[in-house]
Amino acid sequence: MAHFWMILGVIIVAFPVYYVFIASTHSVQTILRPPLPLLPGPEAAANYGGAFSGEIDRIGGVSLWRLLGNTTLIAVGIALGKIAISMASAYAIVFFRFPFRMACFWLIFITLMLPVEVRIQPTYKVMVDLGLIDTYAGLILPLIASATATLLFRQFFMTIPDELLEAARVDGAGPWRFFKDILWPLSLTNVAAIFVIQFIYGWTQYLWPLLVTNSNEMNTIVIALKKMISFADADTPWNLVMVTSVLAILPPILVVVVMQRWFVKGLVETEK
Amino acid sequence: MRRTVFPHKVLPWLLLAPQLAITLVFFYWPAAQAFRQSVLREDPFGLSSTFVGLANFRKVLSDPNYLNSVQVTVVFSLLVAFFAMSIALFLAVQAEKIIRGKGFYRTLMIWPYAVAPAIAGMLWLFMFNPSFGSLAWPLRQLGINWNPLLDGEQAMALVVAAATWKQISYNFLFFVAGLQAIPKSLLEAAAIDGASRRHAFWTIVFPLLAPTTFFLLVVNTVYALFDTFGIIHAVTGGGPGKATETLVYKVYNDGFVNLIMGDSAAQSVILMVIVITLTAFQFRFIEKRVHYG
Repeated sequence: MAHFWMILGVIIVAFPVYYVFIASTHSVQTILRPPLPLLPGPEAAANYGGAFSGEIDRIGGVSLWRLLGNTTLIAVGIALGKIAISMASAYAIVFFRFPFRMACFWLIFITLMLPVEVRIQPTYKVMVDLGLIDTYAGLILPLIASATATLLFRQFFMTIPDELLEAARVDGAGPWRFFKDILWPLSLTNVAAIFVIQFIYGWTQYLWPLLVTNSNEMNTIVIALKKMISFADADTPWNLVMVTSVLAILPPILVVVVMQRWFVKGLVETEK
Repeated sequence: MRRTVFPHKVLPWLLLAPQLAITLVFFYWPAAQAFRQSVLREDPFGLSSTFVGLANFRKVLSDPNYLNSVQVTVVFSLLVAFFAMSIALFLAVQAEKIIRGKGFYRTLMIWPYAVAPAIAGMLWLFMFNPSFGSLAWPLRQLGINWNPLLDGEQAMALVVAAATWKQISYNFLFFVAGLQAIPKSLLEAAAIDGASRRHAFWTIVFPLLAPTTFFLLVVNTVYALFDTFGIIHAVTGGGPGKATETLVYKVYNDGFVNLIMGDSAAQSVILMVIVITLTAFQFRFIEKRVHYG
């Protein structure tokens, strides 16, 4: 019985993704004549081949390669940037003593309460003033300050026993040596977990890229897809829309599934 | 408290500098601007602004459109949190009973986590599109006048379904972790005492899951309030009429499309107060949990 409910659950959860995949292998005519067949159709090669060789340019003004490239760059940039700056600040807060140490921690912590959504307009103005509209820096920088990652690294660093640091200091290790030879190897699991979570976060961004990009060249694949369906009329090439949807969904799913072990552990631990 | 630390005085500031700089420029400065704008009113040309005190707030809070969007947000969030959590809990309980193949089901359950909210919305729109959606077609055959692009309630049902679908995986993972933390001996004891499975669930498992449930309730509310912007923007655009215009969508619409700065800023400040309340709530509760172990 448990298996029955799980299979039903999995069908509900996986069906929308399966549906769009099936649709991406049929011709526009088949897609427009419901119900859609439940098995892949004969147009897969034509649809995907066409999408990658210029048909997306024709409707979206920008190539599929460029969209995938932009999105990957932003997702990886956000993930690596977050890991770098939050590890650095957690390291400073845990392994040093300096005035206003806790004030700095709280300053970072409170940003949890200021998501982009509640300060849309003034943040946009800052971006305009700094000339960051339609730039990769503008898409990445504001999103790499993350209280969650800093909190996780701080929590983890605090579990490092004092004796380890003492021993390293006796051996004459400075902050960099200690970080590189001892702390970094111990942090790898956490780094992997945060990388997955932040990669997904970066890939699925919507409001931010919508605000800070005007040119099609700077679109992420999610935004491009939204633009494709908002000009929906009788001639919308739905087969290409479906191909783009599949390509917008597949990379983050692969990352999550392949790195599942770290991802699940990291997710459940970071947020708790 | 750590006993051994490095003696450097300047290095920690260098390490903190990037994060602090980004935080100040992109978080604190705009947030402060939102507060400032919320008490000002600009003239129609945007050349000068005058201090108006709480007038913007009074105007926003007495605006029927705003009150409508409060109502929409409450309905939307309650439905999403309720369905996403109860479906996930049910599936997590089923998954716990399974001995072999648990990992296989988990792999298939976590997909939607990786799908962008806007795309989740589009997937559901494809399936339920009134003109060619394969699942809209049987609804029509049943004689239902299905058109979420014209009917407010149907539009709401569609965005709730998409938002719920996307959140099930997240809740599922947390409920599975929560269930695994419950000592098996308790359930065995209950079984020996002759308690039925259902009875044992409601009297033992569910109360012990309360911390997880409560945590997820806060997370799901925050998700429904803020992260679902993409779903609304991509699927309904707040319509038809204003049937799916949530608070965040309205802030965006007033600030960017209609360009009413003072109102938009006042709405931002109200949203900030909501997030701060929710986050404070969440952390108070986490403190307690740590206390009880």
